[in-house]
Amino acid sequence: MERVMARQMTGAKMVVQALKDQGVDTIFGYPGGAVLPIYDEIFQQNDVRHILVRHEQAAVHMAEGYARSTGKPGCVLVTSGPGATNAVTGLTDALMDSIPLVVFSGQVPTFMIGTDGFQEADTVGITRPCTKHNWLVKETEKLAETIHQAFHVATSGRPGPVLIDIPKDVQFATGTYSAPKAARVDHYQPKVKGDLDAITKLVELIETAERPIFYTGGGVINSGTAASQLMCELVDATGFPITSTLMGLGAYPASGKNWLGMLGMHGLYEANLAMHGCDLMINLGARFDDRITGRVADFSPKSTKVHVDIDASSINKIVHVDLPIVGDVGHVLEDALKIWKSRGRKVNKEGLAKWWAKIEGWKKVNCLAYTNSEKTIKPQYALQRLEALTKGRDRYITTEVGQHQMWAAQFLGFDAPNRWMTSGGLGTMGYGFPASIGVQIAHPDALVINVAGEASWLMNMQEMGTATQFRTPVKQFILNNERLGMVRQWQQLLHGERYSHSWSESLPDFVKLAESFGWKGIRCDDPAKLDDAIMEMLNYDGPVLFDCLVEKHENCFPMIPSGKPHNEMLLAADAEAFKSGATLV
Amino acid sequence: MAALNIKKGSTSHSAYDLRDFHSEVERSHTLAVLVDNEAGVLARVIGLFSGRGYNIDSLTVAEVDHKGHRSRITIVTRGTVAVIDQIKAQLGRIVPVHQVIDLTTESTPVERELALFKVAGTGDKRVEALRLADIFRANVVDSTLESFVFEITGTPEKIDAFAELMRPLGLSDVARTGVAALPRGI
Ligand SMILES: Cc1ncc(C[n+]2csc(CCOP(=O)(O)OP(=O)(O)O)c2C)c(N)n1
Ligand SMILES: [Mg+2]
Repeated sequence: MERVMARQMTGAKMVVQALKDQGVDTIFGYPGGAVLPIYDEIFQQNDVRHILVRHEQAAVHMAEGYARSTGKPGCVLVTSGPGATNAVTGLTDALMDSIPLVVFSGQVPTFMIGTDGFQEADTVGITRPCTKHNWLVKETEKLAETIHQAFHVATSGRPGPVLIDIPKDVQFATGTYSAPKAARVDHYQPKVKGDLDAITKLVELIETAERPIFYTGGGVINSGTAASQLMCELVDATGFPITSTLMGLGAYPASGKNWLGMLGMHGLYEANLAMHGCDLMINLGARFDDRITGRVADFSPKSTKVHVDIDASSINKIVHVDLPIVGDVGHVLEDALKIWKSRGRKVNKEGLAKWWAKIEGWKKVNCLAYTNSEKTIKPQYALQRLEALTKGRDRYITTEVGQHQMWAAQFLGFDAPNRWMTSGGLGTMGYGFPASIGVQIAHPDALVINVAGEASWLMNMQEMGTATQFRTPVKQFILNNERLGMVRQWQQLLHGERYSHSWSESLPDFVKLAESFGWKGIRCDDPAKLDDAIMEMLNYDGPVLFDCLVEKHENCFPMIPSGKPHNEMLLAADAEAFKSGATLV
Repeated sequence: MAALNIKKGSTSHSAYDLRDFHSEVERSHTLAVLVDNEAGVLARVIGLFSGRGYNIDSLTVAEVDHKGHRSRITIVTRGTVAVIDQIKAQLGRIVPVHQVIDLTTESTPVERELALFKVAGTGDKRVEALRLADIFRANVVDSTLESFVFEITGTPEKIDAFAELMRPLGLSDVARTGVAALPRGI
């Protein structure tokens, strides 16, 4: 009787109970009228920690940082109307980058829905295209099961954000709570095992290829650490070169001998030319994004293409592939390794030796070369020093969006998955700072650095208060070029040097700003003093705002102007000669 | 690679698929989508088509299994082989979608549509409308001294043809249900 009674509870209590039962330890949120009953329940317990943000967009980015650095779903709680609309950018970001989130929003009571009530918004309507799935729960009786289903949907198959909209009367009313086990989830069970015939074909291709390459993406990381390990095993055992998208960095160690570096628009010369010239491309959990392919018609014209993806709609969406394998990367790799080993671990040694010789030639171009200076800090130099001074530490990096993001991807090396959090698909300025707080909340003792541009960083700077309040010692490493650098670069190269609104005017004094929030502020503009300044940041036990004043007009190279093929990439040296004519995408 | 019979080059055919994936020819396809009849499911399907720029020529929806709360959405759309494949894969990704069936594969499906036509007129035109309705096996479901409402079922082409004939005879209103379709045979 006691137990039966215990299963009756209010909707608000169910939310907190379901979080506990789903193993959630942290939720990022901001209160308001339509979620007050849930906040009341949060107040009366200590199992789920609530992180009070300063803006709901930041709550979602924090949850993304939490999710990407742990592999667990991130949770968010926002109020109705403006709380929910503020979350939209974060939801879209998470959808594009396949990050599992469960977002709870309050809603006006069911009897007021449709009356343009105070703080009413059609939240499920607004978020339908920017969530993997969403629910408006109109009966308390269905709430618990819906929440458990939501966790299942967010984390199964291709992960993504989901939203549960809960009217206030549903939170107040009493209903029956059901445990996660009881939830019906059988109707959504994406296929994880790949077709064995197709995997055998993949193995045959591996055995004979002369110029193979692994092209890997965020799907490998989403598939879990076991998938990354299996991939490393296959790459090392075959001796094939490997490149990765921005999203996949860290799945194969940057210190590994087969690593070619990132590919794509600002990817490495050797990675892009190897993609262009390969005869076998093995795409693991990447999606042929336009920042990767360049002009599709000229994309890797001579290769047989294999695509392993858990999302069938990613296959043949942009590039038609020869061998599609729908399944989870980890499962497919496990089968592929088993079959390849059982057939005698064959590869085309002669062909591979020639292929590597060619790749070594491309590497000699030294595509990341830049002209250093003794007077001003070059952004590339700043990142090289940051890399050198943090080597060997358990380091998590987030970024904002712009030139600094691409330089970070080029100059920082990642030796493990879940250590690199950046907004890839949506390219959301303002992502990195809150994401770094989310990462730090999940890993309180780790070194968490946000490599930022000054313009992006200002977009969510209100979160300084959150970092202070929750004692997250995040390091904000701002490469301050006083420019919307990436925009300025495009204007220089493609718009006749007409710098329309691409400079950062009226910037704050970052050191004073830091101090006003109880942070440490550091400014450095001298290459000779940079190492000491970085060490000061690393050694400080608390949040640091590092204003690194860098060269204002540095450009990020290599660059494939959009709409151009891989083999027409621009190196720093050819940039002078570059006359526009690229498509403006 | 020769052993696999895969031609080199990104324009080669898939090992499994002998259709011309790069064909620019658009073809009409009828898709049946079985979904949970839950709030918003139709909006998800329609939102997918508008958001990704696909065509909808006809769309019908109704609950077909009351106990299981399943609805069947029948969509007539147009596209190249590649686009139709994408549409099917994208539909399959929607969480409450259970099954996507392409009814236009080798053969064409059985397709029927119901329509109501209001034809207003007197004298010869009225007689002619009645005579044509008889040829098309349309039923009179409402009549006044100046008008008829005809009910007709058939393929969309048959209904189009009937509309053409009724136009000069005083056609004033048309209501069509959109296509319901099933594959032929078992
Ligand atoms: C929310 C948002 N608005 C606009 C853009 C377009 N955009 C891309 S990079 C960039 C400039 C970023 O400047 P900053 O953060 O200083 O980085 P930098 O390129 O200078 O390193 C802009 C405006 C964007 N990505 N996101
Ligand atoms: Mg800048």
